Formats: sequence, structure tokens, C-alpha cells
Amino acid sequence: MGQTVDAGVATAPAPAPPRVTQRSLGRRLMMRPEIGSLVGVILIYIFFFVVASPFRSTASLATILYASSTIGMMAVPVALLMIGGEFDLSAGVAVTTSALVAALFSYNLNLNIWIGVLVALVVAVGIGFINGYLVVRTRIPSFLVTLGTFLMLQGLNLAVTKGVTGAVASQDVSQMTGFSSAATIFASSVPIGPVSVRITVFWWILFIAISTVLLLKTRVGNWVFSVGGDANSARAVGVPVNKTKIGLFMVVGLMAWFVGMHILFSFNTVQSGQGVGNEFLYIIAAVIGGCLLTGGFGSTIGSAMGALIFGMTTEGIIYAGWNPDWFKFFLGIMLLLATVLNAYVRQLASRR
Amino acid sequence: MAVETKPVTAKEPLVEMRDVGKRYGNIRALSGISLRVRAGEITCVLGDNGAGKSTLIKIISGLHQHDEGELLVDGEDVRFTSPRDALNRGIATVYQDLAVVALMPIWRNFFLGSEVRQPISRARLLNTGFMKTTSRSELLKMGIDLPDMDQPIGTLSGGQRQCVAIARAIYLGARVLILDEPTAALGVKQSGVVLKYVAAARDAGLGVILITHNPHHAYMVGDHFVLLSRGEGKLDCKRAEITLDELTRQMAGGDELSALAHELER
Repeated sequence: MGQTVDAGVATAPAPAPPRVTQRSLGRRLMMRPEIGSLVGVILIYIFFFVVASPFRSTASLATILYASSTIGMMAVPVALLMIGGEFDLSAGVAVTTSALVAALFSYNLNLNIWIGVLVALVVAVGIGFINGYLVVRTRIPSFLVTLGTFLMLQGLNLAVTKGVTGAVASQDVSQMTGFSSAATIFASSVPIGPVSVRITVFWWILFIAISTVLLLKTRVGNWVFSVGGDANSARAVGVPVNKTKIGLFMVVGLMAWFVGMHILFSFNTVQSGQGVGNEFLYIIAAVIGGCLLTGGFGSTIGSAMGALIFGMTTEGIIYAGWNPDWFKFFLGIMLLLATVLNAYVRQLASRR
Repeated sequence: MAVETKPVTAKEPLVEMRDVGKRYGNIRALSGISLRVRAGEITCVLGDNGAGKSTLIKIISGLHQHDEGELLVDGEDVRFTSPRDALNRGIATVYQDLAVVALMPIWRNFFLGSEVRQPISRARLLNTGFMKTTSRSELLKMGIDLPDMDQPIGTLSGGQRQCVAIARAIYLGARVLILDEPTAALGVKQSGVVLKYVAAARDAGLGVILITHNPHHAYMVGDHFVLLSRGEGKLDCKRAEITLDELTRQMAGGDELSALAHELER
């Protein structure tokens, strides 16, 4: 804060020659949240390109993109939520919940699978709403609120699945009416030349594009930055802080539904215990991509970079023939490096 | 209570408080407060820490509601339920620490909560070009020359941030400007700059309520002075009715200060 008398700043009544000139292009680029992760993506790509020959083929590029997209799609709303100043630890299991709801509901009531898909949509967005409502009403940190819903959903997933099917997985839905059309939308592959690319890659790119326009070019995007940057200031100038935050949690729910549908229609059956731990991968992707944990700064393009780093590292270690046990170790290093870089960038940003 | 009745003047007060009181549980934060602000005038609210200054502005700006008395805007009894209500009536508040979101660019801060959008044919997207040029030219009008509207507002000095917030309120059509301790965290020169913009706002025809605990700053620009002490109005007078020395003495505790000075005499 301006505690001191800063000679030179704000002195002259006459328009003095501007002391602060237009910042250089380099400095402005440095200020973009995703720039550090972009450098990381390039370095890691070059690294695996050199050490692992199978990594170089276009087919493996498609595999990497697919692995990245499954994390990256969820990282988009998780990044938005983080920019808005909140966390959602239930995001990983909410994906499983929505897949289970769709499968169990339509299979056991013998309905068209699309009905289950729609019910799952309502449930997933509803979970997001409850998370958001609890956070803004109780003012308990979202870390704790969503840790609670995380545990509750984890328990529900197991208990309800076992209660309905007598097993730990949902029944196979591949023979049900509506399956093929749903599978086309959520889990098909698109041939591009010699390789076939999973459709989630294209959905992912679409979601990044939509969210980027939303963040930078709409009124709601402005509100997202402001509620994460300083909720009290935002409220004082008339920003609907609570609605914005609840909306962000609902977007996480919406995407959990989408990714849940992808899992259901690519595997035909859903393991009730899966998804646990993925919430951290989403958060890691967002943080590596330049989102500040404290909110108010970040981008979804950055989260895509974070997801790409995740995808390249998981697949690259396999292509290089290394023990995949090392993967988490590398991910940890990436996270630490990204955090240090982000802190540095933020320091640059707040320096005159 | 030394609240006198004012002769009716030609100009209707934009905002008037009549015997306003506020309780937090069994704590009486304010009682029997009256003040007026007219267009083109600055009403200074003075008081020590805990005197009730913050509660008073929170009532006018819509963050809290009063329990007793009346709050009149344009002569109409109102009760705000949110800052948005107050803003819609043309009452804008610039908080000392809540003025801006530090990490956001200047132009986004300038239009926060009142973003300018393009027509439906352009999907109601933000009109960023307009907002950037307008925020720059509005700041230039107040004599703040900032070439880069994309720089985070946190990179500006405290005084400049206050000025951006004041310029924003004026541009967005505020008729009443409430300034919460705008000079509290600032050095001498920056305080001067901020006071200059406060005067500029008055000259632009706004009614200004300036909250401060600095009688020197208040006396430089004020037309009316309201002094709060422990939640009650201790003084309410026009500029012509009081000298700076008397205002300072009253502010510092009046007779209590004389007693203290006597005690400390060496």
C-alpha cells in the first residue's frame, strides 16, 4: 500500500511527463498467466522427443492429447473456480457420481439411456449448486465444504452402487437403447489422416475457447476475476458475488457430468471407487497453468498447458520405457516449479 | 447533543439523515445522528476511532440498515438492502481499502460492476476498446496520465488508486460520493492530490461526504462539519461557524485535551 510519500508519483497538477511508460511487449507477455506453463510444455515435449523415439509418432501424439483431454476438460471449470477464489475437492468423485447416476438410473428402470444422461446432468449441476450455496452461506472455506461433499459422494458412490447392483460397478449399458447415439457424442473417435483422434480432444478445445471468451470478453468473466481477487471490493461496486461463486461451482458440476458421460460411454460400465484423487490433478493442472491459489488471476488456456504437461509426462514415461512409478515424482517437481514461477510473476505484476 | 436546526435553503439535500440510530445486538453504534449533503457541497464527518464513522457510511452506502430515524434521498425515505440499491440512487462509495481489485487491469476496475457491452448482434461481449479509451480519457480529465490501461491497478500508488475510484464514481453518474478515509494511508503529497480530486468532484456538482479523522484535511475542503463521538453527534456546523483551531480542539477531545495538556505540562 502507499504508506510512504512517494516522491514523483502524483505530485504535479499539470500533466507531467508520464513516469510510467507503456510496458515492453516482453514484460506484457510475461504477465500472461499461461506463459510459464507454455515454456514448460515446449521443454517437456523436446525432452521426451529426444529421449523416447515412440513419442515422436503422430499416433502417440493423439494418445497424449487424449490423456491430456480427460484431465484438461475438468481443469477448465476448476481453473475458472480457482480464479473465482474457490476450490472444489469433490470434482473428481462428482465425475464418477454422474456416470453412476446415468448408468444405474436408466439400466435399473429400463429406460432409454438418454433419460439417465439427463438425470445425471441435473444431479451433477445440483451437486455444484449445493457446494456453492454452502460455501457462500456458511462462509466456511470451500476447501472444507467440498472436502465434506467429496467424502459424502465417495461413500454414496460405493453404497448406492452396491445396494442397487450388488457389485462395486454399474451394469454394462452397451446394449441399451440410445447407447450408440450417446457414445457418438461423448466417446467416439475422429479419423484425421492415418490417426484417429478421440472426440474429447475436440470437445476440450471447444471448452477452452468458450471459457476464454467468457473470462476475457464477457461481464461474467470480469466478475469471476473480481470475486476471486477481492470479493469485498467487488460486492461494494455491485458485483453479485454470491451468484457468481455459486455459478462457478455449477459449471464444475456441468463439466463433471460431461466427463462422467465420456467415461460411461467409453467403458460401458463404471467402477464406483474411481475418480478419487483426480481432483488434485485438475487443481495441479490449473496451478501449473498459472492460476493463483488465492484467486483473481489465471486462465483456462494455462490449465490446458498444465493438462498437456500431465499427459506428456504420463505417456512419455511409458514411451521412454521407464518405471511409471516415477510419474508422480515428476508431477510433484512440475507443481513446485510452477508455483515458484507463479509467485515470481505475481511479484513482477505488483511491482511498479 | 449539539445538533442545531438549519434554516431551509434553496437547495434540497441530496441525502439527509434524521436522528439515525444503529445497534449491533446490545451495542449502540450510532444514535441520533443527523446530517445533510447538498449538490456541490462537501460534508465532512469527523471522529476518532470507534466514533461510528464506518457504521454511518455503511448505512448510507447500503451495506447495513439503520434501526432508528430516517434516511432521505431526494426527500424520500429510503432503506437500502444492498450497495446496488444505493448505487442505483446515485450514491457511490469509495472505500479506503476496498476501492479496487489489485490484480485486475485499470480499465476492468474502472468499469467493474457497470461493464459496457456491445449490442446483441455482437453477442453482448464486452466493449473493451470503448472501456479502455474511456477510462484513460476520464483519468486524464482529472489530471492522471496513465498510458497503459492494461496494467494491474495494484501497480499504482495508493493515492492514484483512490483517484481512479473517484473518477470512476463520477463517470458512472454518481450524484453523491462517499469517501471513507481517503487520505488515511497516504503521505502528505498524495493526500493533497486526493483532496484536489475531492474538490473537483464538488465542482462537478456532486454532493460529497468525506469521512476523515484529520481536521486539517477536512477544513481544507469542507463546507459542513459533523463530529461524531462514541456514536453520537457532538458538533454540526457550517464552515463559517468554526475555525480550524476550534475544529481541531473539538476533534481532539475539546476540554479533555486541555486537561491532558495541563497534566503533561512540564
